[in-house]
Amino acid sequence: MEELDIEAALGDSVILTQVDRIIGWGRKYSFFLYPFITACCGMEFMSVAGPRYDLDRFGAALPRFSPRQADLLFVVGTISHKQAPILTKVYNQMAEPKWVFAFGACVCSGGMYNNYSTVQGIDTILPVDVYVPGCPPRPEMVFDGLIKLQELVQNERSSKWPRGKAPYEPRVKR
Amino acid sequence: MAELREQVKRKFGDAVLSTHADFGDQTVLLRKESALEVMRWLRDDPSMLFNFMMDLTAVDYLGKKPGDQRFEVVYHLYSLKHNHRIRVKAPVAEDDPTIDSVVSIWKGADWFEREAWDLYGIIFKGHPNLKRILLYEEFVGHPLRKEYPIRKRQPLIGPEN
Repeated sequence: MEELDIEAALGDSVILTQVDRIIGWGRKYSFFLYPFITACCGMEFMSVAGPRYDLDRFGAALPRFSPRQADLLFVVGTISHKQAPILTKVYNQMAEPKWVFAFGACVCSGGMYNNYSTVQGIDTILPVDVYVPGCPPRPEMVFDGLIKLQELVQNERSSKWPRGKAPYEPRVKR
Repeated sequence: MAELREQVKRKFGDAVLSTHADFGDQTVLLRKESALEVMRWLRDDPSMLFNFMMDLTAVDYLGKKPGDQRFEVVYHLYSLKHNHRIRVKAPVAEDDPTIDSVVSIWKGADWFEREAWDLYGIIFKGHPNLKRILLYEEFVGHPLRKEYPIRKRQPLIGPEN
């Protein structure tokens, strides 16, 4: 018998599901994001988060300014080599489960900065879940990325977690 | 009244290598040994009063000029009192990239000189705290020098890319 048939046979008084699915459903509508904002994409992030486009409609409303309280790392803006260890530290401080959102061309690939100072995409130092390129991306693109991330979170298995620390340690301890 | 560059030339003679006013910008090229003295006069002389150092940077002329004048340190000065501007340049040699710091004249030069040190490797003698300002201490070399390899990467974390 299908799930729906069982539910119908019991007079629609019960809902059958899997634990992973209901946890995923809960998580995808309650992202607490940590905005790691370094550059001009930040202006576009403000537009997305503000009332006109309103990230709150997707349940990702409350930015937490402590990584301990956040589960979605929003990396917004160019990441320089000087900053990369800090970004990794913030990632490592976040509690699992956690996801990483690459906001803008610089975060995805280094963008137009292929030079001595810029990390060529944060996926060289961190696991990234969603890439939203654009210089800066339109709010619609950010929503598309967020909805794709919700889809991913919905379908995750709990065996994916914990993901563990970021793959690299800084060469110099400060 | 004579142009600013003429006044500087008349006052300091030998210290001035050349002058021009291309596109209306008063410019003097100074011997680096005299640059400090001339700029102190530019700030203090009642007819000059350049009390605002707007910009300080360097240029690398590798392959365009001989080695003894490879770098040029460029100062843009402005007088709030007289509303006039002057550009001061001083050539610096490749094998002795040093010049006197102007922090004693304009305190605002502090971070500009650190930036020029960081990116061009110009040593400013007499600077109170000459260390890197934009890059990290572990960085080797000065990336805006023309001979710095364009693909060279020195990440603090992760692979070289």
